[in-house]
Formats: sequence, structure tokens, C-alpha cells
Amino acid sequence: MSVRQSLLAILDQGACYGYQLRAEFDRRTGSTWPLNVGQIYNTLERLERDGFVAKGDVDEQGHVYWEITDQGRAEVRAWLDSPVERTQGTRDELAIKLAVAATLPGVDVADVIHRQRRASLGQLQELNRAKYAGPDPDGPEELAWSLVVDSMIFAAEAEVRWLDHTEQRLALHPRHALQLELSTERPKRGRPAKVRS
Amino acid sequence: MNGAILRMVGVSQQYGVGELAVSALSGIDLEVMPGELVAVMGASGSGKSTLLSIAGGLQTPTVGEVVIDGEHLSTAKPDQLAALRRRSVGFVFQDYNLVPTLTAIENVTLPLELDGVSRRTVRRAGRDALQLVGLADRGDTYPDDLSGGQQQRVAIARAIVGGRRLILADEPTGALDSVTGEQIMKTIRSRIDAGAAGILVTHEARHAAWADRIVQLRDGRIIDESSRDKADAILAAR
Repeated sequence: MSVRQSLLAILDQGACYGYQLRAEFDRRTGSTWPLNVGQIYNTLERLERDGFVAKGDVDEQGHVYWEITDQGRAEVRAWLDSPVERTQGTRDELAIKLAVAATLPGVDVADVIHRQRRASLGQLQELNRAKYAGPDPDGPEELAWSLVVDSMIFAAEAEVRWLDHTEQRLALHPRHALQLELSTERPKRGRPAKVRS
Repeated sequence: MNGAILRMVGVSQQYGVGELAVSALSGIDLEVMPGELVAVMGASGSGKSTLLSIAGGLQTPTVGEVVIDGEHLSTAKPDQLAALRRRSVGFVFQDYNLVPTLTAIENVTLPLELDGVSRRTVRRAGRDALQLVGLADRGDTYPDDLSGGQQQRVAIARAIVGGRRLILADEPTGALDSVTGEQIMKTIRSRIDAGAAGILVTHEARHAAWADRIVQLRDGRIIDESSRDKADAILAAR
């Protein structure tokens, strides 16, 4: 989980107390992923339990400075050296919605796609405007913010491209969709039998 | 008159006649107000470039009316049409289309020179336009000595020089890397915000999203159009 690893990577730069750690995380993510102090302390306690951090000095205001351990350093290195694994599978809400819509007699899938594309383009417009109105990404915090916004822009663009592609595929399909009436065959209980070749 | 810089009414374009006729555009209605950028998206062959050529008076539609700055293109004589294009319309192409033997400022001021504007006015207008696109210090540079992004900004300066208010851009970011492309879109956006009007043809949603409205073309028809909330808001505020 990247919040946990990010906090650890920040502690690798030097000991921090909880509130300070939250401020550092905000600063490095352009405040795009707000965390409350409770989450910070929970995470620190779990990191301590796993041997990645340890409580260190306490200053006169009572701030406990958390320090990274050697094991924690190795964990940071491993995190930076490995790719982020994306969730596999087909459980994307929009993909499922369109797949089902394409099988429903009487439903205009093109219309569903147009609505979705308008919404996705609207989201892209908002992101662009936010970026246009935002500060020049010269400072580290602004740069962090614009990197995160860029990632949202490219994700929204990918969705629009996929919608275009889907629209074209369906337009080229001889019946524009694969409309399915309810099947008259009753499904058997249990797992479907394997077909033997 | 409704203040639109560009108005296309019932525009259709056919190539060929009779049974062999191919319809490139059908019944296009489009208005672009000052301060408004309209993006046109669609697959290749959907009619995007034809729409842009007709909007800029480079091509006369088979049917329909195009009005630029209140002037009806269909009733203009060829020399009037050419003059209108020079004074009102600026094109920005994917491959910049700069004259390699002219400096940046000479490229920018070419339409004014052709129009017989005085030398001193031309020079000042050229410097102003280059400044607006952030290239005030590159006026005497030849295109070959400029980066792709800088050349495109020269092309944008040429499109807006001398108070021209209609920018027609055909895939202006197509030859540029994504970061430079974004800078070009910001430059176009800032010129639109300063009161110009524009049509942006692009197949990239990321760039289309810089527009106030996004129009989808398929087989020469507008099949979908995003709301013009923002344009309406601007008009309501006037």
C-alpha cells in the first residue's frame, strides 16, 4: 500500500513526529491524498509492529520522533525498485455496465456511451482548467500536485479513447450489439460442467 | 447579428454528383463566440478537416452559409474572400507551415505585408504577437533554429497578428511531445481567453478538453456535442 511505503520513505530522510510526517506527505503529494493524523499514527504503529520503525527521542513539547530501522530501509528500497501491481481482472464498473447494456434489447448503447463520454470529457475539462489556473509547477509542492493531476488527466483520456473504440466496435457489429433475450434454458445449480473435447 | 465570430448554418459538402456523390459534411450548424474554443473530434474521414477548410473560407460548401465577423462568405468575390481570410482568420497546422527562408517575425507579419499595411505598423504588430506567445526575443531567428514547440508558437503568433480573431487549428499538437503539446494548448487557450475565437481539430481528448465545447463528428455529421454552459455563462454575464 503506497501510503504506508510513502511514510516509510519519508522517514528514511530523517526522524519525524506524527503531525510533521503528515505535513511532509501532503507537501510531496500536492495535498491530493489527504490523511488524518489518526491514520498516520495507526500506520506508524503497524510499521513499528513489523519492525520497520522505532520510537526515538522525545522533544520538550512531547513530540515522539519516529526513526526508520535497517529493515525499514530495505523495505523502502524494495518498494522503489519494484513496479506497482495493478489490480487484475474485469471488475471495472464502466466496462461491466457497457458489456451488460450491449446485451439488453431496447437499450441504445450508443446513447449510454455518449453520456459517459460527455461526463469523462467534462472531467478532463475540469482537470485541465484546474491545471491552467494552478501555479506554475516550479516549486516542489506544485510539481507534486501537477504530477498527480497529470495522472488523472491521462486516465480520463484513456477512458475516452476506450469509449471511442467501443462505439466504433459496436457500430461495425452487424447488429450493433449482441442483444440477448432471457434464456429459456434454466441454469443448473453448481459449477457449469466441463466440456470434454 | 448575435456576436458570433464564426457562424456555419446548414453546411453540407458533397464530392462528385449523382449516385457517385460522397457526402463529406451534412447539415453542420456551428457558432463560435468571442472567448470560445470549440474542439472537433472524430475518427479519420469523419469530416474534421473539411469542416475547418470551409470554416476558414478555403473551400466553398455545396450547401449552407458561412459568416465570419458578420461577412457572408457566399456573396464575397474571390479577392474579397482572400482579404477576409488574411484579416480575420489564422490557421495553425500540425506541421507549422512556416516559410524557412523568412525569420520568425517575417513569418508572423507575412499576412499583413500582403495586405499592404505600413512597414512600421507591421513590425510593431509582429513584435506584439510574438510577445503574446512568449517569443519576444526570437523574432530574428529562422524556423530551422527553433524547436518544434517554438515554431508552433510562431505559427500561433501569425494566426493572431494584427487583431485577427478566428484561430483554426488542425492537430496543432500532433508533431509535438506531450509536455510541449500542453504548452501549445495553454498558449492557444490564453489567446482565446483574450477574446479570440477558435476551432481545434484534434483526435486527442486530452487536448480537446482545453475547449469550452466538444463536438463529435461521424460520417460528416455532428453526433454529439457537449454543453456550452461556460459560453452561456459568459454571455449571461455581459
